[in-house]
Amino acid sequence: MIQLKVNGSARQFDGDPDMPLLWFLRDVLEMTGTKYGCGMGLCGACTVHLDGAAVRSCSTPMKDAAGKSITTIEGLAAHGDHPVQQAWKHNNVPQCGYCQSGQIMQAVALLKDKPKPTDQDIDQIMQGNICRCGTYQRIRAAIKEAAGVKA
Amino acid sequence: MNTINIVSRRGFLERFVSAGALIIGVPVLDRALQAADVDNAPFHPSVYLGIEPNGTVVIIAHRSEMGTGIRSVLPMIAADELDADWKRVRVEQAIGDSKYGDQNTDGSCSITNFHDAFREAGATARMMLENSAALKWNVPASECHVKFHEVVHTPSGRKAQFGELVAAGIKQLPPKKEELKFKEPSEYRYVGKEMPIIDLDALCTGRGKFGIDAKMPGMVYASIERPPVFGGKLVSVNDSEARKVRGVSDVLTLDGLTLPYGFQPLGGVAVIADNTWTAMQARKKLKIEWDLGANASYESEAYKKQLLDTASKPCKPIRNTGDVDAEFARAASRNQKIHEAAYYVPLLAHAPMEPPAAVAEFKDGKVVAHAAVQDPQAAQDIVSKTLGLKKEDVTCHVTLLGGGFGRKSKPDYVAEAALLSKKIGKPVKVAWSREDDLHFDYYHSVAGMYMKAVTDEKGRPTAWLQRSVFPSIGNMFAPNADYAAGFEMEMGWVNVPYTIANHRAENGPVKNHVRIGWLRSVSNIYHAFAVQSFTDELAAAANRDRVEFLLDLMGEPRKMNMKEDGPHLAGPSDKLDKFPLDTGRWRNVVQLAADKSGWANKKSTPGHGYGIATQWSFNTYVAAVVEVEVNAKGQLRIPRVDIAVDAGKIINPDRARAQFEGASVFGASIAMMGEITAQDGKIQQSNFHNYPVARINEAPLKTHVHFVASNETPAGVGEPGVPPMAPAICNAIFAATGKRIRELPLKKNKLV
Repeated sequence: MIQLKVNGSARQFDGDPDMPLLWFLRDVLEMTGTKYGCGMGLCGACTVHLDGAAVRSCSTPMKDAAGKSITTIEGLAAHGDHPVQQAWKHNNVPQCGYCQSGQIMQAVALLKDKPKPTDQDIDQIMQGNICRCGTYQRIRAAIKEAAGVKA
Repeated sequence: MNTINIVSRRGFLERFVSAGALIIGVPVLDRALQAADVDNAPFHPSVYLGIEPNGTVVIIAHRSEMGTGIRSVLPMIAADELDADWKRVRVEQAIGDSKYGDQNTDGSCSITNFHDAFREAGATARMMLENSAALKWNVPASECHVKFHEVVHTPSGRKAQFGELVAAGIKQLPPKKEELKFKEPSEYRYVGKEMPIIDLDALCTGRGKFGIDAKMPGMVYASIERPPVFGGKLVSVNDSEARKVRGVSDVLTLDGLTLPYGFQPLGGVAVIADNTWTAMQARKKLKIEWDLGANASYESEAYKKQLLDTASKPCKPIRNTGDVDAEFARAASRNQKIHEAAYYVPLLAHAPMEPPAAVAEFKDGKVVAHAAVQDPQAAQDIVSKTLGLKKEDVTCHVTLLGGGFGRKSKPDYVAEAALLSKKIGKPVKVAWSREDDLHFDYYHSVAGMYMKAVTDEKGRPTAWLQRSVFPSIGNMFAPNADYAAGFEMEMGWVNVPYTIANHRAENGPVKNHVRIGWLRSVSNIYHAFAVQSFTDELAAAANRDRVEFLLDLMGEPRKMNMKEDGPHLAGPSDKLDKFPLDTGRWRNVVQLAADKSGWANKKSTPGHGYGIATQWSFNTYVAAVVEVEVNAKGQLRIPRVDIAVDAGKIINPDRARAQFEGASVFGASIAMMGEITAQDGKIQQSNFHNYPVARINEAPLKTHVHFVASNETPAGVGEPGVPPMAPAICNAIFAATGKRIRELPLKKNKLV
């Protein structure tokens, strides 16, 4: 039996320990804010925080989540008002919005490590998150706004 | 179609609005023939608006939301005309139902075709509320005015809430269309303003519900192994290992398709399990023997040679002005230089971030589905045909779409879910993996183009020949559609806007070996690449400024009339009568892009170049100036793009701008890295490592969008930004390096 915390709540799982965290979140807990995009850690749509660090939940087996604390987009802020979420809304970032849970979770992790990111920092940390609609320049603007750095 | 009628409250709207609501139905004129439509059946689009007794205005969004903002922006048009408080408007997503008219959210035409209908719905409701208030107060209706969700009797200042007037409103006959009064543009609250979309908060908090998120009670999960080659058939399957996997409940076979492929499921073997991952894992344990069929020898390199070889020889003339052959012969006799070039664009995949996904339940002879579809009526069609039901026995709810780009107007995956549900008696979710998405797409056509010209002493063409060869989308609806469909020729091939005395456009035959379908901007992608690259080549040969050269070729502003500009086999549809191709507007965006990018003061230098390209598509005029940097290693950067756009009246500038920002990235992605290939009939790409798409560090850093202020009929914004990008990037690379790119993607070319 695997024990873990998801958004502060204790959860357990007795299925295949190789099942990726993504599918536990989506199909077992029915928390669908975390998205499937590639299943290989190539697109970032499934990004969540594991003990505070951004990970690709599609490539994180449940056995690696045992005893850990997971934060998903649903648990990022009680009222959806994390500064990064506010900046996202202020810049009207989403188009279809499918990748944005992952983008936001990755951006929160970026700002934790680099509170005042440069364009190069943003390129380096956000390049794992694909947006097929092409909202990248607004993602960049929103990250800078949340960080309080000049666009 | 000029009458406005009250729709029965007992009808299909009752699921959306409560009893006693005032409901306005506004039939509108047939929409213009949409480019991707092969059948020319008339359409009678309708839109609907209701007001509930508590005053809430309910507006039905019948078009699908895949990122354009359409399900917010069309309702805003009605709400504005009604002068409703947007906070008291509830938008309801329509199910698929032909009563709404066309719902295929495709072809960049939602605003074009439904702007007037939503405006009329709002104006009708406003007049009826004013009339209700006049009756209630026993005053002339001319003294009653809707003002921000209330009706005010202007002389006395008396006010009534919308909800108070609903009961009386229902008893009235609605005004005739010619009696409707519309707001002055200066009175708009929402139209022309940067209103946020209704889904913004949900999309930033993970609450948005997409097809892959849909649920039905008792649902199981399917993963399907499909024939690896298009048209292949299942011979046998050994599923004993797959069935041993814990959580697997069933393994089922599905019949293959028959031609034409349309929206039919591909067939194969489905594993049913209690979650997505288990179904995917167990599927890998299937041992299947396939009859790969006639397409098993399809191979991209050989096919490319075939396309280019066909294009190098005379093909079927589509447009023929003057006498190209005589002019080429005359030029040859004078030993004039003949300019020739062949261009190539490979197969492309849509790769929306959400792969195709649907949930469906078959019960008591009927199907209910929840799916990410661009066209829920097409889903009704294919589900009913696949299961042998009546169309009205299929209900298709539309979720949010995690990208569409044309892929999700082909609802084969909804039919898969419905068919499996019928077989096992439970609701089934079919969620395609990324590998499924790339292996079994409706690919954007691979295309070979040949261009030839001779010029006068100023470099102006005196004869111009253009040939294209590509597998046609027509194969979707009729087998052996070897030549291009008319709508494909109208996408940037017959309507090249230059004034050249001798001008011929041709198209050659080829067979398809994969499913071909439309992708964001369709044939415009390869046509613009060939025409705009070749134009740049001629300008370079004559050492002329590209902007000045383009404007020179386009000539004096005029309305293009294809009937007079030369005989042709595939004529432009009647949409050219509604949207005349105005080279004055086209010239204007070329000039605007040049002005806004500072073209006149920017000189290309080694490693740093500027390029321009322009295209008219979906009734919108676009020109893009692209700045590139190419370093000593041949690595490309795109620091800046300026896109000038004349799309007529813009309803939501923020969402329209977002579409062009996105098109800049989508177009750059096509140019830089988009390529699907086949070997032994099988698609070789499987995920984002071998079908890369542009990432934040590769995409244009900044795209500036410049709209022409206009009150012309609103035209498309979703697709038209894509076509100019690839040629503008390649023209900029030439300016920076002297290297001419004639084959995409760029990743296969050495830039230095």
